[in-house]
Amino acid sequence: MHMSDALVSPAVAVGMYALSSACAGTSIKKLSVSADAPKLPTMAVSAALVFAGQMVNYTIPGTGSSGHICGGVLLAALLGPYAGFLSLAAILAIQCLFFADGGIMALGANMWNMGFYSCVAAYFLIWRPIIASAKGNPKNTRTRIIIASILSSVVSLQFGAFSVVLETSLSGITELPFGAFVMLMQPIHLAIGLLEGVITASVLVFVYESRKELIKDIPENDSKDQKRTFAQVIAILAILVLFTGGGLSLLASSNPDGLEWSLFGNAENGYASNMSLDEDNFGVTGELTQMAGVIQERTAFLPDYGFKQSESQAGTAISGIIGSGIVAIAAVLLWIICRRRIKK
Amino acid sequence: MPDFDSAINELRLLDDISGKDSFIHRIHPVAKLITTIIYILITMSFDKYSLSGLMAMFLYPIFVFSSSGLSMKNGLYKLRYVLPLICLVGIFNPFFDKESLFNIGMISVSGGTMSMLTMVAKGVLCLLSSYAFVATTAMDSCCAGLRRLGVPNLIVALFLMTYRYVFVLIDELSNMLIAYRLRAPEHKGIHISAWGSFLGQLLIRSMDRAEELYNSMELRGFEGDFRYAGCRRLERSDILYMLILIATFVMARYINIARVIGGLFV
Repeated sequence: MHMSDALVSPAVAVGMYALSSACAGTSIKKLSVSADAPKLPTMAVSAALVFAGQMVNYTIPGTGSSGHICGGVLLAALLGPYAGFLSLAAILAIQCLFFADGGIMALGANMWNMGFYSCVAAYFLIWRPIIASAKGNPKNTRTRIIIASILSSVVSLQFGAFSVVLETSLSGITELPFGAFVMLMQPIHLAIGLLEGVITASVLVFVYESRKELIKDIPENDSKDQKRTFAQVIAILAILVLFTGGGLSLLASSNPDGLEWSLFGNAENGYASNMSLDEDNFGVTGELTQMAGVIQERTAFLPDYGFKQSESQAGTAISGIIGSGIVAIAAVLLWIICRRRIKK
Repeated sequence: MPDFDSAINELRLLDDISGKDSFIHRIHPVAKLITTIIYILITMSFDKYSLSGLMAMFLYPIFVFSSSGLSMKNGLYKLRYVLPLICLVGIFNPFFDKESLFNIGMISVSGGTMSMLTMVAKGVLCLLSSYAFVATTAMDSCCAGLRRLGVPNLIVALFLMTYRYVFVLIDELSNMLIAYRLRAPEHKGIHISAWGSFLGQLLIRSMDRAEELYNSMELRGFEGDFRYAGCRRLERSDILYMLILIATFVMARYINIARVIGGLFV
């Protein structure tokens, strides 16, 4: 996504330099007053690491191809938005001067497209809200790191790619219509963003598990490895059963299920009559089946998921709870029986 | 981005050639930087069909490369990173701008073709001028020049330190990659199972290294500002160099030198 000097007009280049300089100026000011600002060597070594890390190719499973990281979100997660932006600016300057990846006049635009969106905008709008509200247990924090990394990378790359299109179109360089250019840039950067997000998430999860204090905004109470005990797991499952059985069953549809509908529900369309089907007298008729039906009628205390002769919603809810309990007990009994057989 | 070996080679090569001694090398970095920026701005400001006007701008890189002993081949080799994007954007121009501008014999040249060629020419010129600046200016002098121009200390110090540590970390990562390849010879890149740990391990080590580095810098009296070697004052010859070249660029911008010379023969 590095823009070269040939793709921007002087006016756009100067405008983007002004925006990036404003961002850099704010970053320097914020870092100078911040007590826990990263030190210069930390910023420099992190920037150098990301620079070198960009050369590592990661195999994309199932495709046979490989990709690499850009590192904006990674830097913001490690150093914070302001130091992250400055470090990425240093990387872009080195790439532009020593590897001709970009251009001196397009450097302002590149800093904005790659640095501002990934380090500043994505940090404040995505990374921090997701990570700072972590509930304090490692599993939750890990999940949040993964979600925040992927979201930040995808969104920042989408905005960055869109900015490239906007800047090139404003410069009057290309004859490609704006819409067509957008359609050319956005989808490919969606895929790149996803890959960038997954690699960033992998690295940050590793760092989190080894040295969580290196990552910004991890809550301070995130120290206990709150693994749930067996009793807690059972209690949570029980609550879930009660909720799904009791609560959600109130929302159970009174309409027939798919199979019932396919056989009887479209009777109005003449299907049932055409197929000579009758809901009350449907199925295989015979002595054995009639006997089984009688037994079922007598033993079922929750016919059609409700109390006998009851149409109330409470009946449906309670039948859900009791039914779930019975299934749970049956499952436990089955498990005990199977275990005993295996031991024998 | 290049692979590890070529990155290290390119950086070392630039470090070597920027330390040489020539007329261009001796010009003050601020004068060279301002000249380069104005050259790029003027090059970028040419009309999208003005390919003939741009031709005169090729004289500046040729002058710098020949005066300083730089290899044009090395300069053009750098084009491999920027040219794909320029081509991607420019390749569509002939399809959307089909209006004929002029004919060369039986061949009609469309506006889109001209704008595409102009864009590529601008890309080549901007890159060669940037390379000419970097390859004739030592890193310390470049940073001293940036400080003279009022670039904040934090940015300059960060740039310089990152540049120094890029060598170290590329070297370290290169060794890690060799070790990985020896253990997993069939893998083209890093397998998904090692995505996090490969870079993560180095990251954690690097953070510890940065802390030790900061402590050692503090112990040696670092107060937030580097002392740059070779930081001399801007002299009359530097200003003269800058003014003559800028005047030439401005002239080339407003007078189509190629057309004037061509007019002498037609």
